[in-house]
Amino acid sequence: MSDKNNFSVTIRVWRQDGAEEPGRMTAYKVRDVSPDMSFLEMLDLLNEDLIKKGDKPITVESDCREGICGCCGLVVNGDVHGPDDHSTVCQLHMRRFGDGDVITVEPWRIKSFPILKDLVVDRSAFERIMAAGGYISVNTGAAVDANAIAVNKDDAEEAMDSAACIGCGACVAACPNGAAMLFTGAKLSQLALLPQGGPERERRALTMLAAMDREGFGNCSNEYECEAVCPKEVKVSNIARLNREFLLANFFGKAEPDLAPAHLKSTPDIPEDE
Amino acid sequence: MNLDAKIPAGPIEKKWDSHKFNLKLVNPNNRRKYDILIVGSGLAGASAAASLGELGYNVKVFTLHDSPRRAHSIAAQGGINAAKNYPNDGDSVWRLFHDTVKGGDYRAREANVYRLAQISNQIIDHCVALGVPFAREYGGLLSNRSFGGAQLSRTFYARGQTGQQLLLGAYSAMMRQVAAGTVQVLNRREMVDVVVKNGKARGIVARNLVTGDLESHAGHAVLLCTGGYANVFYLSTNAATCNVSAAWAAYKRGAGFANPCFTQIHPTCIPRSGDHQSKLTLMSESLRNDGRVWVPKTKGDKRPANQIPEEERDYFLERRYPAFGNLVPRDIASRAAKMVVDEGKGVGPTGQSVYLDFRDSIKRKGLNKIKGEYGNLFDMYYQITDEDGYKSPMRIYPAPHYTMGGLWVDYNLMTTIPGLFALGEANFSDHGANRLGASALMQGLADGFFIAPSTVAGYLGATRFEAACAGDPEFGAAARQVQDRINRILSIKGKKTPSELHRQLGNVMWNECGMARNEAALKKALKKIPEIRGEFWSDVMVPGADKDFNQTLEKAMKVADFLEFAELFVRDALERKESCGGHFREESCTAEGEAKRDDANFSHAGVWAYAGEDKEAALHKEPLAFEHIRMAERSYK
Repeated sequence: MSDKNNFSVTIRVWRQDGAEEPGRMTAYKVRDVSPDMSFLEMLDLLNEDLIKKGDKPITVESDCREGICGCCGLVVNGDVHGPDDHSTVCQLHMRRFGDGDVITVEPWRIKSFPILKDLVVDRSAFERIMAAGGYISVNTGAAVDANAIAVNKDDAEEAMDSAACIGCGACVAACPNGAAMLFTGAKLSQLALLPQGGPERERRALTMLAAMDREGFGNCSNEYECEAVCPKEVKVSNIARLNREFLLANFFGKAEPDLAPAHLKSTPDIPEDE
Repeated sequence: MNLDAKIPAGPIEKKWDSHKFNLKLVNPNNRRKYDILIVGSGLAGASAAASLGELGYNVKVFTLHDSPRRAHSIAAQGGINAAKNYPNDGDSVWRLFHDTVKGGDYRAREANVYRLAQISNQIIDHCVALGVPFAREYGGLLSNRSFGGAQLSRTFYARGQTGQQLLLGAYSAMMRQVAAGTVQVLNRREMVDVVVKNGKARGIVARNLVTGDLESHAGHAVLLCTGGYANVFYLSTNAATCNVSAAWAAYKRGAGFANPCFTQIHPTCIPRSGDHQSKLTLMSESLRNDGRVWVPKTKGDKRPANQIPEEERDYFLERRYPAFGNLVPRDIASRAAKMVVDEGKGVGPTGQSVYLDFRDSIKRKGLNKIKGEYGNLFDMYYQITDEDGYKSPMRIYPAPHYTMGGLWVDYNLMTTIPGLFALGEANFSDHGANRLGASALMQGLADGFFIAPSTVAGYLGATRFEAACAGDPEFGAAARQVQDRINRILSIKGKKTPSELHRQLGNVMWNECGMARNEAALKKALKKIPEIRGEFWSDVMVPGADKDFNQTLEKAMKVADFLEFAELFVRDALERKESCGGHFREESCTAEGEAKRDDANFSHAGVWAYAGEDKEAALHKEPLAFEHIRMAERSYK
């Protein structure tokens, strides 16, 4: 379907055949782009074209295409998740671009997220951080009545703000140090704000930070880039809380000392973001 | 095909408890000797893995995503039902049971639905304990809202992201078991076949999506938690990778497929804008709590919505269903929208939508209150359409969303293949011909957290297992069969992409077997589907290699399965000559255009058995008896 509003763009995209292969930028012309198309639908259009020619289409990850599954993640013209604030790249629409635009598309570039192919990276480091303590230890069937514990509404709302994280990795991709402190801090905050998370609070802070360290993520140096790109507007106050949780766990915690990651002790505190 | 539902004896209130008592147990020290394979990591899969891991079984979870947290349960917005009666508005287990059976238009199994309602309360308790940040009142207790098909507030929610929060809760419980060593997550793996040995499901073959290798995994039980198949319509609210392939592979290995034509078309979706569209986006039905649905009274009225005066608007849901108004169940709201659009009263550039208007509730409650409750949905609407729903009404149109049909299971959630279980949307059991809003999350977690851990143990405890390992010839044979199919797909090198063929199939399904169905259209579909399938096998183009990260090949394999499955779907729709729930046969309606059931001839689940390639599937029936709820015309007037 061609339309008078439709236009053409040039896509400069990272192509890499496999984890061990060298990569390069390759340019493609995409014609008949509708302003109502999403950015990923534009890439679909390009891929359909490549398939028909018998070329290998661009490998790119996406699933729900409504900003919640956290699969997609691209750097568009240098912007993590594209130019729109607080949205994922699947929510970006082509009405943001114009005829003749040259658009650069790259994957997350982070040591802890190795590239698997083209635009797809391996984010399993996040899984290992979660397995290190991102939960409340309660077996199925052991819970008390849901209304037995009253939770301050503001705390519940704040926990929800943190829990909104979709695990896309944008915070890491935007951080000059490749830190995963927003991701880890969000989970720690959610569970620290709720009374149910209390008993494991100190232990959790130590084990999750140790896992973060093992995965080779960097440290926070107060750039605030993570907050700026987070599609779910998770705030850097979560990192401040992570630091507090970590300090409290070290001073007052009963957890084993070997759980404490050494270098994090030098992490600067971040003022609470109001 | 043996369709013994194994419904326990005794009064309905006691069935589940007495059944759990009668089920065999597995000694705690023996549990680690049992390998359980769980395919899919959504609500059903993750919660089953968590519970079974806690009990000490050796669990492997397979997900086609990079992380279990990506499963499509994540996208559910509105909420989860439970019979807590916290608002004191007269709810009870019995009422939730009643509403679900009625909402499903009397095509679900009573005993299963009663159990679901019973377990609903435990789910909320457990999720709160897991740290799910549900909405709360200032007093610190949980908040409820109402949903379609119910006249009370029983829906628990976490903003517009309830599915996300519940999945993250189940996922975190599962990750705790990963740390404990009872659960192993195998990511980027897609199940391509179920392996049956000595009449029992004993493992799966999975394709490693990064390397392309076919991997065999043996176990004592296989749990399919693989979701629904609404993507057979190409455009649906499902995520791109949602598929029928795992269920279809099970069907071809002998599992009965029940009621494939029962599809839910969700009324509040953002209308399509053009042919480039890859998916449709749902907005939570909770919007209907405060939004009023209308069209202009006059055909072809092209004025902007805000210039159409009150007396020239037709609030058709409020007019036709005064008792439930805008909160009628989904099937009824969808059909009513289709009816006014077919009359030429549709709005928007394509005429294929109706208004959902918040003007009056903004006036009544204030803009901030509406923003607080639905802000993320308004943002989503703006992002996609470039229109501001606060200033002028949103436009909505129904879209395929959920499939009530699925693998037939007995009361234990076991399919007709011993040892093969189906949980969540992948099975057919609880929603009959129409699912009520906020009941999918409830069912996924009931099956995974609470039901399967008991019934799978019951099966393991009662079964004598022959030795089986991944090196057995049955695994090799299954892998070879899959490999042949892959080789065949790659060798065609035609001119059409898998997506193009999928879109062709979707158009046929939507036009001939969508919101309204009739014999002539269904017969037309039965002619067209094999043609598209023929085109696929002679003209599909899949570049690249097999032992590689090849997304076009993944897509082609899914489309190949949809092209076979679609025919069964349409045959089921043709066979069921009555209207019920989401299945509307134009030949069977009342004078007012409402769906008319035919209880004398169709009060059964239609279960299809595979007969071999190019052979007609055989239809079996599980009769449904309604001993506790009187069957009546489903009225929401």
